[in-house]
Amino acid sequence: MILNVNGQQRNVDVDPDTPLLYVLRGELGLNGAKYGCGLGQCGACTVLVDNRAVFSCVTPVVALQGRRIVTVEGLGSTDNPGPLQHAFIEEQAAQCGYCTAGMIVRAEGLLRRNNEPTDAEIRAAMQPNLCRCGTQVRILRAVRRAAVVIRTQAEAQG
Amino acid sequence: MRYVVLALAALIVAGAGGFVWLGWYPAIAPVPPPARTSFPPAAVARGAELAALGTCMSCHTAPGGAPFAGGRALQTPFGTIYASNITPDPATGIGTWSEAAFRRALHEGVDRRGGQLYPAFPYDHFTKVSAADDADLYAYLMTRQPVRASAPPNDLSFPFDYRFLITGWKVLFFRTAAFRPDPAQSAQWNRGAYLVQGLAHCGACHTPRNLLGAEKSGEAFDGGEAQDWYAYALGKTSPAPIAWTADGLYAYLRQGWQAEHGDALGPMREVTDDLAGASDADLRAIATYIATGFGKQGPPGPQVATQAGPGEALYRGACATCHEDSRGPPFAGLDLARSSALRAPDPANLANIITDGIPATGETREPIMPGFGAVLTSRQTEDLIAYLRTRFGAPHPRDGIADAVQSARTNTAQLEAAR
Repeated sequence: MILNVNGQQRNVDVDPDTPLLYVLRGELGLNGAKYGCGLGQCGACTVLVDNRAVFSCVTPVVALQGRRIVTVEGLGSTDNPGPLQHAFIEEQAAQCGYCTAGMIVRAEGLLRRNNEPTDAEIRAAMQPNLCRCGTQVRILRAVRRAAVVIRTQAEAQG
Repeated sequence: MRYVVLALAALIVAGAGGFVWLGWYPAIAPVPPPARTSFPPAAVARGAELAALGTCMSCHTAPGGAPFAGGRALQTPFGTIYASNITPDPATGIGTWSEAAFRRALHEGVDRRGGQLYPAFPYDHFTKVSAADDADLYAYLMTRQPVRASAPPNDLSFPFDYRFLITGWKVLFFRTAAFRPDPAQSAQWNRGAYLVQGLAHCGACHTPRNLLGAEKSGEAFDGGEAQDWYAYALGKTSPAPIAWTADGLYAYLRQGWQAEHGDALGPMREVTDDLAGASDADLRAIATYIATGFGKQGPPGPQVATQAGPGEALYRGACATCHEDSRGPPFAGLDLARSSALRAPDPANLANIITDGIPATGETREPIMPGFGAVLTSRQTEDLIAYLRTRFGAPHPRDGIADAVQSARTNTAQLEAAR
């Protein structure tokens, strides 16, 4: 089966009902998305499918042929972080860090469809993702900061 | 021949005259908005419970809008009706309505000025509300916060945008009536019957309607429709694999879900949210009355062996982790062999649940489920529904799936845009 992950065609040999999360971590070495609850309730495993945030732990790969999958690794690197990754660092929006990749990807899904979200829209969009350390206020700040950066970049590009 | 024409003409004139006479109601004079202190607090408190049982709030409140200020769109087969403002605002609400005008609206479907009201307002049920309850409801609504808000004009297709046609509808389908208790039954059963037939207007959704939107008289509680959701049959034709009992119904109405049957969703979730304000005794009474209509369903039928189709892998990867977890609701998914949605004649609810999930709401302990609208394509959703309905023994498992999925995806896209 061929999956489009972070812009690359990746060939994987797995059962069709295998959750995407297991394929990302076990087959493709993409360990950003985390296994939290395995029930689609905590958001640690969030990735984008065709620009929309989904829980990869309850997403069977058979549903994903021809779809564009983006993980947190596709948004930037340690040396060259993307706007959201940079904003999370600037705001120190993590404590244990386990939820962070999911949070960044969930926020990426929001900012791709709406780069000028209100606080209410940010809260509504981030609602499916849980942080047990209590960094939510910093996460909100990071999303707001990244939105400004993304808008500025978009305006600079005309 | 000339006499025949004349006689026909006379008949038409007389008929039209009679129609006007039937449809004519006098205006009831406006009154100065009564002072809040003019209503006894006990009447207001009883009225609050009655308004909860009548689920007035969910229809008369727009999403995110002020309570009872109207403007909520109600989709009907005849177009969109916008609920009216029932706060005591004198200009846009019912602030100048006397109790007599309020009572006439409930019992006869006529506004204060004498205009006909569309039967989306369920006066075919409210006509059975007692005078004492009318007074308490009036006391409650007239002591709410007045809100100045006019509902958008209705958007109904021709000819239903002509209100005088309601006169004909009433001649055909509407009779004013008082509730008649059954002396052979208990006081609790009769209390339930009074509420269900009247104020709670359960049949407005759970009874099928005819082409003119009236409840089919011989098919009470045989299953109906509300806002693109299927309202399950509440009698012997119930699709529930495990028979409902009075205790089970009470738990379901009280907490919005029940371990053997699952979660109240769609319009029924709005009902159970409103019912939070109703008393335990009244919910027990409703459960007692409704439970007598159910037959004795057996245990769930044997699961049908299905050929491995495209839906099976989707089920294994997306559904099984939660729905094959033996803990059950609210900590895990419902055993799908217990699902009414899977065995209902209409796949609408299944399509809605798969697409939108069960969003987390409120602060109470209740089931949640992620939506799969972003994961599954329309075709994959259809494959999954066909697999599930075949496996768990729905009648005609493949009927209506494409329409249900399309409607669910359209509605979910609108919900997501609003969230």
